[in-house]
Formats: sequence, C-alpha cells, structure tokens
Amino acid sequence: MGVPLAHVCLPPPEAEKPWRLDSYRQRGGYSSWSRVLDEKLAAAEILDTVKASGLRGRGGAGFPTGLKWSFMPRDCEQPSYLVCNSDESEPGTCHDRDILRYNPHALIEGMALAACAMGASVGYNYIRGEFLGEPVPRFLAALEEARAAGLIGRGLGEAKVDFELHPFVGAGAYICGEETGLLESLEGKPGKPRFKPPFPAQSGLYGRPTTVNNTQTLASVPAILQNGADWFKGLGTPNSAGTMIYSVSGHVERPGNYEAPLGVSFNDLLEHAGGVWKGRRLKAVIPGGSSVPVLPAEIIRECAMDYDSLSKAGSALGTGAMIVMDETTCMVGALRRIARFYYAESCGQCTPCREGTGWLYRMLTRMLEGRAQVADLDLLLNVANNIEGHTICALGDAAAWPVQSFLKHFRPEFEAKILSSASQREAAYA
Amino acid sequence: MPEKTVRLSVNGRELEAAAGEMLIAATDREGIYVPRFCYHPKLSVAANCRMCLVDVEGAPKPLPACATPVAEGMQVETHSQRAISAQRATMEFLLINHPLDCPVCDQGGECELQDLAMGFGRDVSRFSEGKRAVPDPNLGPLVSTDMTRCIHCTRCIRFGEEIAGVQELGATGRSEHMEITTWVERSLKHELSGNVIDVCPVGALNNKPYRFTARAWEMTAHPTVAPHDCVGSALYAHVLRGRVRRIVPRRNEAVNETWISDRDRFSCEGLYAEDRLRNPLVRRNGRLIETGWDEALEAVADGLGQTAREHGGEALGALVSPSATCEEGHLLRKLMDALGYASIDYRLRRRDFRGQRNEPPAPWLGMRFAEAESLDSLLMVGCDLRGEAPILAHRVRKAALSGTRVSYLDLAEREYLHPIEKALVSRPGHWADDLARHAGDALRGERSAVWFGGIAMRHPAFSELLEIAAGLPAEVVKGQVSEGGNAAGLALAGVLPFADAPGGAGRPSGLHAGLMQRQAPRGLVLMGAEPEFDCAAGAEEALAEAGFIVALNPWTTTWMLRHAHVVLPTATYLETPGTFVNGQLDWQSFAAAAPPPGLARPAWSLLSDLGGILALDGFGYSRSDEVLAELRARIDAPAPAPPGAGPSANGGAAPGPRSPDENSPAALELPMYAVDGLVRRSVPLQQAAAGRSAA
Repeated sequence: MGVPLAHVCLPPPEAEKPWRLDSYRQRGGYSSWSRVLDEKLAAAEILDTVKASGLRGRGGAGFPTGLKWSFMPRDCEQPSYLVCNSDESEPGTCHDRDILRYNPHALIEGMALAACAMGASVGYNYIRGEFLGEPVPRFLAALEEARAAGLIGRGLGEAKVDFELHPFVGAGAYICGEETGLLESLEGKPGKPRFKPPFPAQSGLYGRPTTVNNTQTLASVPAILQNGADWFKGLGTPNSAGTMIYSVSGHVERPGNYEAPLGVSFNDLLEHAGGVWKGRRLKAVIPGGSSVPVLPAEIIRECAMDYDSLSKAGSALGTGAMIVMDETTCMVGALRRIARFYYAESCGQCTPCREGTGWLYRMLTRMLEGRAQVADLDLLLNVANNIEGHTICALGDAAAWPVQSFLKHFRPEFEAKILSSASQREAAYA
Repeated sequence: MPEKTVRLSVNGRELEAAAGEMLIAATDREGIYVPRFCYHPKLSVAANCRMCLVDVEGAPKPLPACATPVAEGMQVETHSQRAISAQRATMEFLLINHPLDCPVCDQGGECELQDLAMGFGRDVSRFSEGKRAVPDPNLGPLVSTDMTRCIHCTRCIRFGEEIAGVQELGATGRSEHMEITTWVERSLKHELSGNVIDVCPVGALNNKPYRFTARAWEMTAHPTVAPHDCVGSALYAHVLRGRVRRIVPRRNEAVNETWISDRDRFSCEGLYAEDRLRNPLVRRNGRLIETGWDEALEAVADGLGQTAREHGGEALGALVSPSATCEEGHLLRKLMDALGYASIDYRLRRRDFRGQRNEPPAPWLGMRFAEAESLDSLLMVGCDLRGEAPILAHRVRKAALSGTRVSYLDLAEREYLHPIEKALVSRPGHWADDLARHAGDALRGERSAVWFGGIAMRHPAFSELLEIAAGLPAEVVKGQVSEGGNAAGLALAGVLPFADAPGGAGRPSGLHAGLMQRQAPRGLVLMGAEPEFDCAAGAEEALAEAGFIVALNPWTTTWMLRHAHVVLPTATYLETPGTFVNGQLDWQSFAAAAPPPGLARPAWSLLSDLGGILALDGFGYSRSDEVLAELRARIDAPAPAPPGAGPSANGGAAPGPRSPDENSPAALELPMYAVDGLVRRSVPLQQAAAGRSAA
C-alpha cells in the first residue's frame, strides 16, 4: 500500500465518540476559533491562510476557496451570509455524511472561521433531507454543545463576536445541491437554480451577498489554521493541496470513505478499498460522482486522483466519489440508470434539460429492450450535445457528460447490445 | 444624470444601448429579431426557455439574450452557426412533448410556438417515444386549459406574482412532470387574470368562452375602446361573419399598457344575449309589438312632442348611461334642449348633488394615469379601485411597491395586493369626520392625491366629502374615479341638468338624476340605462309613473317590457362609432366593429333622425364624426358668461329624505360585474362573479 490514509476532515479511527465536543477539543479542535474570540486571530489572517493553503472546493467544481471568499464585498452595511452545502446528492458521494456523523465540530468551527473571514455573522447549514436518520441529529447535538460552550451565538468571547448558525434540512432533491437552487430552497421556494449573473457573492440568500461552500471544504479549514498553510499544501500535489475523502463504491471488496492526500494514485486507492471484488477485472471507473465522464480501466489505471491528472485524462475529480465497475458490468444498463437519475432530478425549469433528459432515458431504455437501431446512437449523442451548455445550471451538462463519455469509450458495446437485444426480442415474438 | 450608454455590435451592426439593459431589449429596439418564449417585456427575466440563445464573442457557451446584460464592445451574432444550432436544438426539445394539435387548437394561427417552429423546427420529428400528457385543471369560466400544450415558460406564473400581485398559478412537480396549475384546483379570481391568455405563448391557457368559435386568421381585428370604467382600455374586437367573437388588448402604454381587465375582455359575451332587441317595440293597446323604424320614431316624436306641447319642455327628462358615447350624449342633450330645456343627467347612482356647480367641468383623475406611479402618497375615499378600475389598481400597485404611501377610507377592509399605509374603515356617517381628521396624515410628500371612487359618489353626503377635500392644500390633486366609460365625456357634452354646466349657458337648470328618480318627469327618455339596475334604489317604481317612456337600449328588461311605451333597439359600443373621454381626459374615438343584430341601430343616428322627424333644426347628420366635430367646436369655443347667477332651485337642494338603509354597504357598493347592461349579460362574468362571492 503506497500512500497512507490521512485524517484531516475525518477523525482518526482511534478517537472515541469523535463527534463529541470533548473529543474534538482533545484533537486540538476550536483552538483557532478560540483565538478569534480572544482577538488573537484576525479575519484577514484567516483569509490569507486559506488562500495560501491552496484549498479548493470539494463540492465538485474545485474552485479555489480563498478566492471565492474574497469575492464577498467588504464592509457592507447589509447582512451577508455563509451557507454550507451539506445537501450531498451526487450519486456515489457520501463524505459529507460521514463528516456530519463523525466530525460535526470540525464543520461548525470551519463555518465560524469562514464566516469571520468574510464578515458574515449568520451561517446556514443546508443538510440533505435523507440524512435525517443519523447525520442530522449528530450535527444538531454538536451545535447544541457548541452553543452551550459559548462557541456559537451572540457577543462571544473577549472580541464580542456574533456567529449564529442555523441548520436547515432539505426535502430531498438533487438540484438543491446546486448552489443557487439551494438558496432558493433555503428561502422556502422550489429548488430551481437561478440564472447567473448575478452570482451569490453579489446577490445570494435573500438578495444579500452569500458564499456557499461544501461541507468538506469548510471542515478542512480548522486543520489548515491549526497546522498552517504549508502543512496543508504539503499533503497534496502543487495544484491539488490537502486531502480528499474518496467515497469508493461499486464493485470493490470494501466500499467506503477513504481520506487520502490528493494525488494518491488510483491503484493505491483501489487497494485501500480491497481491490475489485470477486477477483474480477476492472472495466471502468467514474472517478468523481456520476456526473463526470467515465474512464476505461486502461486510462484510470494510469491516473492520480487529483484535479489535474483526471482532467488531463478527460474526466474530473468532481466530488471524489469513485464508482468502480467490474468486467461484468453492462455499460448500456449503467448509463441508462444514470440517465434515469438525471431525468428524475431535473428541476424542469429550462427546456433542454427538462425535455432532453427524459428523451435520453427513453432511448437508452429502448436500446436495452431491443427496440432500437444502431443509428439511434448518433441521435443519443446528438441530443446529449444539444443539452450540454444550453441550460441555466450544470445539471444539463451533468446529464450529457456520461452519455458522451460512455459512447466515446464503449460504443462497440452499445452497438452490440442494441443488436443482441433486438434479436432476442425478435426471437421472443417469433 | 444622463444614462450611461454602451456600444456593442450585433451581426456586425453597431448599436447603442443603456448600460445594464438586457441584450434582447437592445436587439428588439433595433429590429433584430431574436426568437423567444419566456421573455416578456413587462415581466421579470426567467431565462428558462433557452430559445433566445445567441453567440457572444468570448463566451464559452451560447448565452440567453434575455438575461445577458449588454457590455461595452460586446460582439454578438444572432444568426451564426452556433446561435442557430442552439436555437434549433431548443425548438426540437420544445416540440418533442408538444401535442402538435394545431388543427384543433384555438391558438393556431397566432401561436408563438407555431410561428417559430416554421423557422427553427424540423419537418420530421426525430422523437419516436411516447409523448407526455397532462391533466387540465379547471380554472373557472374564463380561462380554458390544455396543459399538454404547455411549454413551461412560466409567463403566467410571473404575471400572477408580478402584475396581478397574487400567485394564482404555480408550477408543481419537477423535470418533465412539472405542471402549471393552481395548488388546489380552483378558479382564477383576480380581475386581471384573463391576461394569462395573452401572455401564454401557446394554446395552453386560452379564452374559454371563445373556445372553438373561430380561427384566428378568419377574423378581422377592429380597434376599439373599453366602455366599463374610466380607464378606457385600448382593445381589438375580433369579428367573424358580422359577430364579435372575442376581445383582446391593444397596446397603449399611456392607458392600459398591454393589459385589460377581465370585465373588458369578457363583457362581449353579453352582446347576443337572449333579450337582445332586434326590432323596435311600440306599445299598442297595452302590449309592446314589434314595428319598423318609421313607426317607432313617429311614436317617439308623438309622445315627446305631445308631452312638451302640453306640459312644457321641462316636463321631459332623460337619464343617460355613463357609458354612452359623447356623440350620443351630445345629440340627446341637443334634442332635449330643442324640445324646451328638458332635464338630462348621466349621474344615475349619485345621491347628493349639493355643490355640483363647484365641481370641475368633468370628473377625472386630476392627473395622467402614469403620474399615479410617481405619487408620494395617495388617499382613496370610498373607492373599490380593484373593482372600479382594475387597470388603475395595477398602476397604484406598482406605485405602492415602489414607495407610494397608499391609504384608503372605506366601508370595509379591502384586499389590496400591496402595502397599505393606513386603512380607515368606518361607517359612512363618519366619513366626513374621518376624512377631515386623517387626510393630512395620509397625504404627505410633494406629490399627493385624493381620489373619490364610486362608493363616495353614491354617499349621501358626497358634497361634504368634496368640500373637505377642497379645503386641503392646493398641491394635493383632487380626483375622481368616475363611473362608466364616459362620465367625463358626457359631462363635457353637457349631459348635466344645471345651467352653468359645460355648454349649458343660456338655458335654465333642470332636474338632476336624483330628483328625476324620485319624481318621474312626464316624458322620460332612457338611454342605455336600465332602471332596475342602473339607478338608485327605488327608482324603478318612481320612474314607472312617467306618462311617456322611451328606452334606447340594446336589450330589454322586465321593467321596460312592463312600462316603456317605445323601446328602440340600439347598438352597443362594439356596433357604433363613438368617442369616450377617459379619466385622464383622452378623447378616444372608435369605429363600429360589427353590425348590430336585426334592425338595431347606433343611437346617434336614430337621435339624428328623431330630430328630423320632430322638425328640429340642425339634426341632419350623415356621419357620427360630424356630431363629434360639432361637440368639439362647442367645447373649444370660449364659454359665454353664465346667465342669471345664483344657485338653481335644485342644485342647492339638500339631499332628499334619507331612508334608514341608505348608508348600508349594499346601497353604496356596486359589484364589479354589475356595472352595466353588457357586463350583466355576460354569462362567464356572472359565473366568475358567483365564484368570487362564493370564495
């Protein structure tokens, strides 16, 4: 096993009840926030440190976090907001869930520090509705602990800092993970993404300057301030600093969350997860959640799991959710399942996505059911191309990319499937 | 501060636009067409249809022209390969689940989807899956639904949120299953809700009463003017084979912008009601029998002439609908004057006429409609603005949302869909005190106005209210939201009974409408007025006492059938040329859109003939615009000094005996779908009214 696992956002496995305040404090938690409250750590320093650390958003797009924070207007009279996106919905992704379950105080401290850096005194955590079982109660309990300990609230510490943190539980729509859809939902409206510009930093929640960050991004912040920007940078590669929680799912022996420095090789990560199950051979991997392009085994085997390497290979790091497919996987069936997801989750407001995702799904269904022709593959690809880049938010792109990449790498399999299922169907009617 | 402009180039053409403006507004102004569905110049930007995608240099993706602000040096191509292929792609997506049932769709021929499909669609669909079908909610009697045709542009939703002020329609569900509907199935109740028919670019929301009655391309469009309120909205009447099939708005930014009220749109459904009169009726041996025009006009001439000869011209009186045209008012006034200075009045529901001679020559708003939007404060007294003048209520809503402090003094709390500074609710008997006490508070800022509405006009102490308003500072505009479509025009035409009324110099004062309705004149002319509905309570019994009654009306009523001696079938506003003067004193002339049914005639022409039969001077008109020219000439001429000053006997009279219930809301309110004969006969409006009151 090459690169060992790391523990930046997830607590070390030996920690007992790591979600408790005392456990978090034992690990050095809240030391940075306490320095803020004692007027020993200024907002500018937080911002500079995060900028210097090279932290990039872990929600999928990988935008530099410090830069994003610096878009917030300074000294604005009106309230501005920090919103944490815990609406983790990208298929295959489950790292935010484990942060809420096992390290909620890292998120709370990260939010407090981020809000301080941006001059916001109110934060919201938008938590996925399906997390009601365990992650939500854990987060709520941690919030109560922090409040009781004088870490959240009004007039905190020597510095008389205000930081209110409100949890909000969504109702289970993928599109509410898109930042403007999330803001709409948080305002009590249907989660339909807004057209940008204006960007949330200009006009976000309730029309006020708002920054939306992913859970893992914010949970990385306390460690950065505790250990310094250089430490964090040293964990990853030059352009991909720090660690990532890789959610490994699919045909592996031990699916689960594996936190490792960015730049870990695919092969190492696969080894951590016990390798492809049942001794089978690897066929393909979707490396960053279902939206990013699929890569066949021979390409992904050569990749490091960071922003640059995967981008060069024609895919993306996305959310770091690695979906592993073994040699028995039917790529037509897999793509149809993915298309079904985007068809169901399209918010419906803009035309290409609303109409196109259903079309993609139905064509793929016909291919599996023997009611398609090989020429339909060109139509499938053309429809996906017509969705891509024409929609308000990125859901349209997310629906198109899998289609494009599956056809790019596995077109012969699609052709064979169309022909074989058509002849099976014919035989059934003969 | 001069507006900042930017220069950009579209398809190689240099153009200027205001900074911050959206690209589509600039291209529209320059006549460069960008296809669109969800964009509407009066609504917020949704950018959801993706039809207006254009190619902007430097942008990685095609951008929606409706949501892309112009920028200095921007290079835009609306017809490049990238733009066209994006637009074609969107069109294909819009059509795959559209039923393409144009042959049975009322929108066919005037459908934005159909039009753009001609330019951007394919001749053969590539879509071979099953199409979506969507259940149709019942939105009540006015708007039909075929939601399978919906393209989800959300214009109707934004219309509700932004223009009407109440979200009657919304989107439920997501992805392909998004549906435009009411949350719980219910009727549209807002007084402007019919406008969703026009904003809907396809045949999903349509005119329910008009459904399946005509094809758009078969009809001729006739510009006309709405008669039901003091706005005088610009309309088109669509006519097929001599019948008005529907009413649609005509754009007039100074008046109704692009909207019309449901009352203006659907009142035409009453045109051909069962009681529409097709022949003149003359009473012979106690029974009304159908006759020709010669016999009927002779009977009128005999009846009026005889009454005038026996009892003097002052024994005659005329009651005129406030929605009669200027031409009709002028001719009837001229006829009554020629017969001996008979009484004439259009203020049928008014009760307090004291002080009438001190009022402005015509009841009007005191300002242009658009000026209402820049008021600092507005106080409405006894005014159900949403019911009386829905378009004006929309202007006031816009004003209130941008900071105008709107207050009202009324019988009851009213549901205004905007912030209200102060709602003064009291019994009518307290209004004078309340107005005196609170007007100063409510009217603050440089530009302020007090408007009196129909309820104030029907108030038993209206003149006292006016007097209190007159005592307010001079810069406070005092205006009136007048009844009917032409109160101002009729006042200017002198359809008023007192000597110094416009054009009234040289004649004695007559009886005002209130007195005529208590003590009927011996010879009574009713023009467009139906005593059982259009007059003050109790008038029908009193008026029945008249010795000779002639009614000029498009329809009959029970009262007319029982009491009138002659009933002359007249044309409605859609069937006569005419002129209305609206609440901002615009003279708006219009031509007849359709012929009246049967032998019915425009009232101006039969009044002209009647003058001839009575051998009166100056009645040989051949065209209605001669009548208008004569009226305009008289109004424009400097008024001669009024003869014999001093209050006339009746103008200064105290209001008559007050019946115990005259202050009751029922006596003062006038439901919005009861204002005139046409509206009362429109079945869909009456169904809508029932729906409203049941809610």
